[in-house]
Amino acid sequence: MMRKSQALEANALDPMTTHPVMIRKIIWENDDTFTLTLDMSGFAGGFRFLPGQFNMVYVYGVGEAAVSISSDPARPGTLDHTIHRVGLVTTSLAQKKRGDMIGIRGPFGSSWSIDVARGKDICIASGGIGLAPLRPVIYSLLKKREDFGRIIVLYGGRSPLDLLYRVELEKWASDANVEVLVTVDRGDSSWKGHIGVVTSLFQYIKLDARETVAYVCGPEIMMKYTIDELDRRGVPQSQTYLSMERNMKCAVGFCGHCQFGPTFICKEGPVYPLPRVRHLLDRKEL
Amino acid sequence: MFIVELNDLQGLLTALQAGGFTVIGPTVKDGAITFDTLSSIEELPRGWSDVQEAGSYGIRHSEDDTLFSYNVGPHSWKKFLFPARLRLFSARKAGKAFEVDPVSPSAPPKYAFLGVRSCELAAIAIQDKIFMSGPYADKHYTALRKSACIIAVNCVHVGGTCFCASMGTGPRAKDGYDLVLTEIRTDDRHYFVAQMGSPLGKGLLQQVTHREADQKEREQVEKALKAAHDRMGRSLDTHNLPRLLEDNFESPRWEDVAKRCLSCANCTMVCPTCFCSTVEDVTDLSGEHAERWRRWDSCFTTDFTKVAGGNIRMSTRTRYRQWLTHKLCNWVEQFGTYGCVGCGRCITWCPVGIDITAEAAAIRETSMTTTNG
Amino acid sequence: MEKEDLSEIMRQHPFLAGLSFEHMQTLIGCATNVRFADNATIIQEGQIANKFYLIRSGRIALQMDVPGKESLRIQTVGPGEILGWSWLISPYRWHFSAIAVLDTRAIALDGECLRNKCEKECSFGYEMLRRLSQVMERRLEATRLQLIDLYDLTTSGAKR
Repeated sequence: MMRKSQALEANALDPMTTHPVMIRKIIWENDDTFTLTLDMSGFAGGFRFLPGQFNMVYVYGVGEAAVSISSDPARPGTLDHTIHRVGLVTTSLAQKKRGDMIGIRGPFGSSWSIDVARGKDICIASGGIGLAPLRPVIYSLLKKREDFGRIIVLYGGRSPLDLLYRVELEKWASDANVEVLVTVDRGDSSWKGHIGVVTSLFQYIKLDARETVAYVCGPEIMMKYTIDELDRRGVPQSQTYLSMERNMKCAVGFCGHCQFGPTFICKEGPVYPLPRVRHLLDRKEL
Repeated sequence: MFIVELNDLQGLLTALQAGGFTVIGPTVKDGAITFDTLSSIEELPRGWSDVQEAGSYGIRHSEDDTLFSYNVGPHSWKKFLFPARLRLFSARKAGKAFEVDPVSPSAPPKYAFLGVRSCELAAIAIQDKIFMSGPYADKHYTALRKSACIIAVNCVHVGGTCFCASMGTGPRAKDGYDLVLTEIRTDDRHYFVAQMGSPLGKGLLQQVTHREADQKEREQVEKALKAAHDRMGRSLDTHNLPRLLEDNFESPRWEDVAKRCLSCANCTMVCPTCFCSTVEDVTDLSGEHAERWRRWDSCFTTDFTKVAGGNIRMSTRTRYRQWLTHKLCNWVEQFGTYGCVGCGRCITWCPVGIDITAEAAAIRETSMTTTNG
Repeated sequence: MEKEDLSEIMRQHPFLAGLSFEHMQTLIGCATNVRFADNATIIQEGQIANKFYLIRSGRIALQMDVPGKESLRIQTVGPGEILGWSWLISPYRWHFSAIAVLDTRAIALDGECLRNKCEKECSFGYEMLRRLSQVMERRLEATRLQLIDLYDLTTSGAKR
C-alpha cells in the first residue's frame, strides 16, 4: 500500500508548495532532450530521494510537469532531471539558462526495489527517455557492484543522435562490468551498433531467467513487448518491475488525473511490480 | 430522541451563530433549492418541494408548510469543503529568482451545515477518506472539515432519482453528524425529532427548548423512514458489481451510452464525491506576480489524460467508462467503498438524462446475455 | 573447409537447431563458409537473390536505398540469426541491400540449390519454410513496432 514518501519527510517539505532552486548546469542530450542539474544546497543535507521517484518541476507563472529524477541518490547536493521538450512547461524549461530559478516539489512515488535484486542478475530494459528514471538505479547498483550478479543494460532509441547518456553508457560498459547493449530504430552508415527494436537485443544475452530481476521503463508499448519477451525467456513476473506514466497535477493522490484502473500512479507508482499491473496493460484507454 | 417544536428551531440557528458558525443551508434561489448562508430559519424553503427525473428538475410551492420536503439539489456540500476554485500559492519575482507564499488555511470559516441528508453524510465521509486519510492530507480540506458542524435531516420524502437504499447510504442518517433532525408533520402537529451524534450536537441541543420523545413520537420516525425507504425512486443492483464491471470492460454498452453522452461534465460537477481537480498557473501582465489555482476538473474533459505523445482516453466511450467504473468498481479498491452514494444528482442534472442505475443494469443484462448466449 | 567441420558449425546454429541428420546432409550440399570484412556489401538491392546466410559472428545492416536521401538502415542481424529469404520467393530478387558493419562470418547456402531440394523433397521444404516463417513473423512484429515510431513524443507524430 502507498505511504508518504519518507524522502519527502526527510526533506521536510510541504507536498503542495514549490521550492525555488537554481539551475547549475544544462546539458543538451539531443535536439529535444536536455538535463537540468539543480543546486540543492539550500536543503539541509541535500535533497533525499529514492531511485525511480519523481518531482513536480515548476516554471514561474507557467505551470508544472512531473519529471523523474535522473541523478545519483548518493549525491543529494545536486539533482538531475532529464526532460523532453514537448509541452508548454517543458518548452519553457528548455529556455532556461544557468543561474535561473525553477520550482521543485517532491520527491513523490514509489522506487525501484534494489534489495530484491541482491545476489541476482539484473536486466535493465529501457527505451527513449525511459533510461532517465533508471539512471539512479544504475548508480546505486554500481555503488555496491559486488552485491549483484550480471548487470545488463538494454537501451533502445530512435536514432544514434537521440540516445541519452552515451558517454556514461560506454563508461559503465568499460569500467564497471556492465553489459550494455544499445539499439536504434533507424541507423545511418556511421552507426556500427544494433538496429531494431529493444526486444531484438534479448537474443544476444543469455539470461539466467529465474535468477534475474528486470527493471523496465520506456514508452508503454515498448514495455508491453519487453514484458512479453522477458516472460517468454522465463523471467518471473514477480521479479519484473516497470515504471508507468500518466498525466499528473497534484502528485499526492488528490487530483485524480493519474488513475490507472484502481491505482493512482503518483501514490502507488510510478514503479510497480509487474503482477500488480499486468492485467491493466492490456486494457485500451484505461 | 428529543422533540424540538417548529417554533423552537430558530433556537438552533441562534445557538450555532453564537458558537461562531456560519450557517449554510438550503434556500430557494434561481429556481432551485441551493445551499447558501442562512441567518434565520425563515430562509429555508418552507412549503417548497422538488420534482426530479432523469434530465429534469423543478421546484413547486404548495400549501404544505414543511421545511425539508425536497431532496438534494444542484449543490452539494463539497463546494464548501472542497471549493471549486482555490488559490494554492502566490509567488512574486525577485530579480532572477522568485519567492513563494503558500496560502495557509489559518482562519478558515467555521461552517455549520444545516439539512445534510444521509447520502451527503456518506459523500462527506468518502471525501474525508480521499483528502484526510491517505499518506498526505489536504490541509485546506482538513481545516474546513475539522471545524465544521453537521446538522443532518432524515429523508422522509424521497426523490424520483434517489437510490440511497441500494447504496446502503440512506434514507436514515446513521453517523457522521453532530445532530440529526426528522421533520414530522401531521394534521395537527409540526415538530422535529432530534438525535445527538456528538458532544457538539449535545451542547447545541441543550441550548434549544426540547423534551424527551415519547413512544408514539419515536414510532412516527421509524414509520416515516420505512415509508421513504420503500418509495425510493430508483434502485441499483450492487450484487457483485465491481466484478461485473471488471468483466465488461469492453461491453458494447459503453458505445451505446457514448452516443448519448455529451461529455459535458455536469455529472461530475454535481456529484458530491467526485474529487478531480486541476491547477492553473497565472501571472499578472507585468509578470511580477504569479498565482497557482486549483479548480474542479472532470474526467470527461478532453485533456484530462493528456501525456507527452498522446492522450490516454480519446473518446466519450472510454471517458464515460472511466467515470462509471471509477464510481462503481475501482473506488471500492481505492477507498473501500463505492464512489456513488445514490443521491441521483448525476441522473437529474444530465442534460440528456443518462441514468447511472440504468447503465449499470444494462451492463448486467448484456453481460448475462453474452454469458448465456 | 571439410564438409564434416561445416556440418558441426551448422548444427550449432540456432536456425538449424534440432534438424534431422538427413535434412542436415541435404543442406550441407548447398553450403559454403564465407567471411565479410567490415563495410563489405553482401547483398545489393535489385540483384538476383541466390544466397541464404546463417550468421556466425559479426553484424550485418539491412539498408533501404531512398533516392535523394542517405540510405536508411532499418535493421541489423547478428550471430545466430539469418539473412535473406528472397531466394525462396519469386521473382528471387533482393529488396534491400546488406552491408557488413563488423567483420562477419557466415554460412552461405545457395538459393537455387536449396529451392531444387525443397521442390524435390517435400519434408525438407516444409522444415525450411517452418523455420523461416518463424523468423519472418518475429521480423514482421519488430517492423510493426518500428512503424509506431514509439519514441516520438509529439502528439501527432508529424513533427519530424
